[in-house]
Amino acid sequence: MSEIMNEAEAYKGYRGITLEVLKKFNALVWSEIDVETIDGSKYSGLILPRSETADANHIVIKMATGYNIGVRAEKVASIVVNGRKVAHYKIPEKAFPYDKGKPRVKLFGTGGTIASRLDYRTGAVIPAFSPGELYGSVPELADYCNLETEKLYGVFSENMGPEQYIGTAKAIAKEIEQGVEGIVIGHGTDTMHHTAAILSFMIQNSPVPIVMVGSQRSSDRPSSDAALNLIHSVKTAAESNLAEIMVCMFGPTSDMYGLLHRGTRVRKMHSSYRSTFRTLGDIPLAMVDKNKITPLRQDYKKRRTDKEFKILPYFEEKVGIVYYYPNMQPDMINSMVDNGYRGIVIAGTGLGHVNKPLYPALKYAQDKGVAVYMTVQTLWGYVQMYVYDTGRDMMELGVVPTANMLPEVAYMKLCWALGQTDNLEEVKRIMLTPVAGEITEREPSNGYLIYQGGIPEVEEFISKFRK
Amino acid sequence: MSKFIFKPYEEMTPEDYATIGFKSGLEVHQQLLTEKKLFCNCPAGHYQDKYNAEILRHMRPTLSELGEYDGTALMEFKTKKDIIYRINYDTVCTYEMDDTPPFQINEQALDIALEVGMLFNGYIVDELHIARKQYLDGSIPTGFQRTAITAVGGHIPYKDRTINLIQMSIEEDSCRETSDIGHKRIYKTDRLGMPLIETVTYPEMKTPDEVAEVNNILRELVRSTGKVRTGIGAGRQDVNVSVEGGTRIEIKGVPNIKRIPLLCYNEAMRQWNLLRLREELHARGINGETFNANYTDVTKLLRKTAYQPIHNAIIQGMKVNCVLLKGWNGLMNWQTQTDTYFSKEISDRVRVIACLTTLPNIIHSDRWSETIAAADWKNLRKVMNATKDDALIIVWGADDDAEMGAKEIIIRAKEATIGIPSETRQAHWDGTNGFERILPGPERMYPDTDLPPKPISDERKNRIRSQMPERIWDRTKRYLEIGVPSDIVRDLRISKLANLFDKVVNELNISPKFASVALIQFPKRLKKMRLSTIALTEEVYFNIFKLITDNKISHASVFPIMKKIAETGIFSEEYIINLKKEEELIKVIERTKLIFKDMKINKAEKRDDLFICFLMNELRGTADGSLIAKLAKEILNAEDK
Repeated sequence: MSEIMNEAEAYKGYRGITLEVLKKFNALVWSEIDVETIDGSKYSGLILPRSETADANHIVIKMATGYNIGVRAEKVASIVVNGRKVAHYKIPEKAFPYDKGKPRVKLFGTGGTIASRLDYRTGAVIPAFSPGELYGSVPELADYCNLETEKLYGVFSENMGPEQYIGTAKAIAKEIEQGVEGIVIGHGTDTMHHTAAILSFMIQNSPVPIVMVGSQRSSDRPSSDAALNLIHSVKTAAESNLAEIMVCMFGPTSDMYGLLHRGTRVRKMHSSYRSTFRTLGDIPLAMVDKNKITPLRQDYKKRRTDKEFKILPYFEEKVGIVYYYPNMQPDMINSMVDNGYRGIVIAGTGLGHVNKPLYPALKYAQDKGVAVYMTVQTLWGYVQMYVYDTGRDMMELGVVPTANMLPEVAYMKLCWALGQTDNLEEVKRIMLTPVAGEITEREPSNGYLIYQGGIPEVEEFISKFRK
Repeated sequence: MSKFIFKPYEEMTPEDYATIGFKSGLEVHQQLLTEKKLFCNCPAGHYQDKYNAEILRHMRPTLSELGEYDGTALMEFKTKKDIIYRINYDTVCTYEMDDTPPFQINEQALDIALEVGMLFNGYIVDELHIARKQYLDGSIPTGFQRTAITAVGGHIPYKDRTINLIQMSIEEDSCRETSDIGHKRIYKTDRLGMPLIETVTYPEMKTPDEVAEVNNILRELVRSTGKVRTGIGAGRQDVNVSVEGGTRIEIKGVPNIKRIPLLCYNEAMRQWNLLRLREELHARGINGETFNANYTDVTKLLRKTAYQPIHNAIIQGMKVNCVLLKGWNGLMNWQTQTDTYFSKEISDRVRVIACLTTLPNIIHSDRWSETIAAADWKNLRKVMNATKDDALIIVWGADDDAEMGAKEIIIRAKEATIGIPSETRQAHWDGTNGFERILPGPERMYPDTDLPPKPISDERKNRIRSQMPERIWDRTKRYLEIGVPSDIVRDLRISKLANLFDKVVNELNISPKFASVALIQFPKRLKKMRLSTIALTEEVYFNIFKLITDNKISHASVFPIMKKIAETGIFSEEYIINLKKEEELIKVIERTKLIFKDMKINKAEKRDDLFICFLMNELRGTADGSLIAKLAKEILNAEDK
């Protein structure tokens, strides 16, 4: 067994013909080699491990110039091994300085790499996470706080789930109990708004800022947003008066300031932009840069010194979200009911609609005691089911409108509500009682601003203010 | 170290360059002629100064494996620049702004790169690995350039030897710098992302002239494909220069090959003279250990100075620092390049690292007149505890910048006791060069995690190889053999019309001499007449040559027809002047003879020649010249008898 392990390590990532060839010439990864092919090509360099997802036909060589190339294994005529140069993965650490005048901030890691370092020889990105490692990469953090870190999970954002939500909520609770002055949670960006929403329901009335942060450009690149996001979030956790669960990410794509979004009103809106997180149907809580935090509104929860917060770590897994489309067949809903789903959130068209052929399915769900809630796939605006007959018909069938809750937030809230009770009336009461701004009484007119490019006045604005 | 003293540029011999151990290699960059950019679908080659928006970024160094910032990174981090990118919607998308991951590599560009690799006799790689090469100066918004090796090795013939190549890569072009003042650097982004190939030679050139000559061969070889861009900025080179005991110094972005020799000369001189400076310092007992320097804030002391730059700085609340270099008296005036002295090395560093971009940014005690008053210098010496053997340098600027400036002066001076710092340097118009940044090492390369390795199939290689043009040195030989005038060979071998040339020679039986003149010289003549040759497509050329083969026009008609096409922008049958038959020609000749008879001719012996000239003017384009001459001679001869 151990021999097999060793071989896997010795020829890391190589399989099939590449493995055969390397073994034939006893050329392990990290060997310095001269290779010659049957068509007369000659290359020199260091054999690198092969990515598991790459094909099984090429041997990767790092040349003296630092560039990599792949040599087709079946063409290899000879390999001469001249030496070995094993890369060792180690991140330099510098002790995070302690300053008794600075607040204690806790950074939880869930798996997204907010800070990482690059192994130049292999190209592997190594997450930097301990205070010492972080201090080595983002020394500015020490200007704001005494940082402690704890790695909770090592999963990609899309693999975050109930276990991680509950675990994170409990870890936060423990820290608040112990008097931490602010919490930062490093998280992959794809589902950061899901986690922000569920934490907003699980941890209520927090006395300190709880800031979620990530990066859109990995931190091994000089233009990364990671360091600045981390600085902004640590500053917010350490110094701000905002005792809310927030997402802290770039405001514009430029390196200028971050925005603090309320965890229940924020959404990732672009697959790759730095400024991907936006507050929908409202305005963000504040702007933050290296030097200051500028609140944009006054109705935020203020920092306190008591420890009177609530932790409600509940989660029902049998809840689904259905994105309605024209021509949707009733079996979509029926199959969920038949599979034992206890709750369904529909993202309906316009003010919250689905087509008539779906009604029998909604009736079926109602009869089976499934909680069905309506949100809007327009993302902005309220569900208004009284305006058209369709809406009224659906309410008759037990579909409950959720005002201006975002679909993902309604989903998280329904999981949380059904995790607490089987009583559908109670579930409804929980769903429709705002906890952390997920439903707002009014939508300010600047809560919906998507400027349309090309319009002269918009272009004028863009040309004056960096994006 | 040899006692060799540099001579003026014109007097340097190859032996002199051998004495100092001159060595040079090239990194030749060439833009490819593609429709789109390398990793996105933006149009390539559309340059525009207009912009719609600006983006602000900062470049943050990533630590090296040893946990220390590498030289370049450290420097760029010290400079703390705001980098502004100007974005034009038509030429830049979210990819160039680094807000969208790359798209698949441009296959057209990759084909061209592979073709050039084959022309250079390089080994084409089996699998392309796209790497990220870090650039912290901001010239690329990601902070790195995407680049990949397409070929390894290769060689070209030069004189009686070969010049070997290290490698060739395909990469994306960078931004064009608009300005760099103080802490703000502005870039245009239109050029960013355009496909480029870089060919790197071994340092096998032994004189500055050789560098230029080899560069010309490399340039012509890629141009001979007809698939690369030409014009200003389409080809640029980095020239690596070193002398015995010196350091590899990279002179970046030289746009014009003609300027290379003088740049090489000055860099060689700079290195040689810096090595001599080190000897001088050691002779004075100053080395890495004994080096002694410090600086002090002298703002107060100079508050009443009349010297404008410092006077103004103090009024604006800036700080003035004075640096003392122990034992350095006179060395600021140590010559480094033509009309350039060691003080320039210092001033350059202060400009780049401390962002003190308004010149003069330093003054020093080795050239004290016309600066601050003699009395001020005297006071400074007293305050600084300086003897007559020491040198003083004054630097001023905003607090942080003045601090950084003073520290950098000490760093650069100390480096002189050790040798020549590894730097990339920028070419100046007068042939000298200036500091740009610290030379980065191979550690700055790492794989691009956004794009997987890309296999290059044998089918692809074979297809490209089968369409590869003849190499220029082979072409040159063949052209000369078939009678192309030697002054035209040079242009024809890199002309986009080279394939057409072969086609008309082979298929239409046009004489190589005439075909080459018509394809190379005639368009030049039209351009001199300020006419556009756009309408003269390969198809049009072919049709014109075919008219000759079909005996519809004479050789002499070709230029007039081309001129008509250039003037009108279209090809029309009307431009064809039908050839006259022999009987008609004889009639014209007889008639002309009568007119010619009455003309006064001074030199009787030239009479016949003049007559033929006269005839040619009358008949140009209506018949073959040789036929006219033949008929005219027959008529004249008949008359003589």
